[in-house]
Amino acid sequence: MSETETQSPVMSRAIPAPAVSVETKPFWDAAAEGRFLIKRCEACGKAHWYPRTYCPFCDSGETVWEESPGEGVIYTYSVMRRAPTGPYAIGYVTLDEGPAVLTNFVGVAPDGLAIGMRVKVRFQPTEGGPPAPVFAPL
Amino acid sequence: MSIKDKAYIMGAFEHPLRDAPDTSTPQLHMECALGALADAGLSKHDVDGYFCAGDAPGFGGLSMIDYMGLKNVRHLDSTETGGSSYIVHVGHAAQAIAAGKCQVALITLAGRPRHGGNRPGARMAAGASPGLSDGPPEAGFENIYGGSTHNTYGMCAMRHMYEYGTTSEQLAWIKVAASHHAQWNEHAFLRDVVTVEDVVNSRMISDPLHLLDCCVVTDGGGALIVTSPEIARTLKRPKVKVIGAGEAPKSPLGGQDLDLTYSGAVWSGPRAFEEAGVTPADIKYASIYDSFTITVLMQIEDLGFCKKGEGGRFVSDGNLISGVGKLPFNTDGGGLCNNHPTNRGGITKVIEAVRQLRGEAHPKVQVKNCDLAIAHGTGGSLGTRHGSATVVLEREA
Repeated sequence: MSETETQSPVMSRAIPAPAVSVETKPFWDAAAEGRFLIKRCEACGKAHWYPRTYCPFCDSGETVWEESPGEGVIYTYSVMRRAPTGPYAIGYVTLDEGPAVLTNFVGVAPDGLAIGMRVKVRFQPTEGGPPAPVFAPL
Repeated sequence: MSIKDKAYIMGAFEHPLRDAPDTSTPQLHMECALGALADAGLSKHDVDGYFCAGDAPGFGGLSMIDYMGLKNVRHLDSTETGGSSYIVHVGHAAQAIAAGKCQVALITLAGRPRHGGNRPGARMAAGASPGLSDGPPEAGFENIYGGSTHNTYGMCAMRHMYEYGTTSEQLAWIKVAASHHAQWNEHAFLRDVVTVEDVVNSRMISDPLHLLDCCVVTDGGGALIVTSPEIARTLKRPKVKVIGAGEAPKSPLGGQDLDLTYSGAVWSGPRAFEEAGVTPADIKYASIYDSFTITVLMQIEDLGFCKKGEGGRFVSDGNLISGVGKLPFNTDGGGLCNNHPTNRGGITKVIEAVRQLRGEAHPKVQVKNCDLAIAHGTGGSLGTRHGSATVVLEREA
């Protein structure tokens, strides 16, 4: 297994179907079109993640979907080395809009990640569901 | 209303099994309950409060109450905060006793992760069914990314190292201390003393956590009996008084200002210490939840045993080893070496604190004049959302 790992130049990971609710369906419909949406509150002006109808900061129901370039920096990460399908990275991206997003990092070698690295969203097909946001180095 | 001086832990039992191929989970709960009741000198018919969490098979506590034949329960609490649930339950039992809702509270935990039940990391593994879902609100945005305990705690360790310069060698000292204690525990799953080099040279599981930074996976369980002062006075065991309790959830809360370098212990700890009227400097022994080495380091900082960011230095050079360092911790060997039954270490944290306060820990690790201790736990994941719980316990002369 360890030889396979060292030969693997970039990480990828099969992603299962995400759970879609009536509240979050617009996000996943946009994802199918390659657009990354976040929620922003028109009352207090703050963006949040994961998307909610009511602002978790000020309780206002005046939240709106906003298209984001999906760029930010790696807040932290960890590379799981013992997965049967090869190493994969989980971590948080701090979006330029403010919120931290849990995700997988792809298109990068296991030892190529660093806190503070700039990354950008891309969409990856999932197993029977809408595509899911993952992040890769810019 | 304070719970201070309103309740006593009078029974504690840790199941001796660490691998239970031939014992069902309900049977383990029953054996733990009977063990704690025998320790206290009570019978199951004295139990009028029952506390359990998600490891208990069935619907809340109802199936286990039926299976165990508890006929006199008049107070029921199935609060679920993962591995810290049972520390929460001690506080809740004290509240219920103080309010007159029960007099003899039984808390049980048991399970068999080595034989098919409650595998670690399973929580975030599954894909969604087709169509619209109505599950946890974070599910679609988190559960698809392969999060497990190992890599979500790994994320915390990675950030702690980045911000404070914490090293793998410093984290390793926590495992070294636990192993020094476990060598004296005949029931411990791992009894070999290990070195810092052993830990940092063990295989990487999820950066920066090595195999020996991780707790054991064991079957088994434990139980506690918490009673009113009136009942406690009639019993022959040393009295361990609950003098403070605190609990706190921590979560990303919308993702602004995410900070994975601290835990909910920053709130549960001060609440418990304030109620008890003591400070971290007064504590003679500390049971600190140890799912991973990083869990211990963050919680020691958060509870105020040292400043934030100085945990690496604090845990080094044997400072957590009984008889050697300033803060003897997890003298049973903890989750890192002794036992982490059904991936939930909260109850064993309380049990070892009770042993220390009674003077019944192994003589090689017994803290001298141990009259004040804490048990602290985290359940869920430090990397996403978790529940912290702290209890302060005092030996009554």
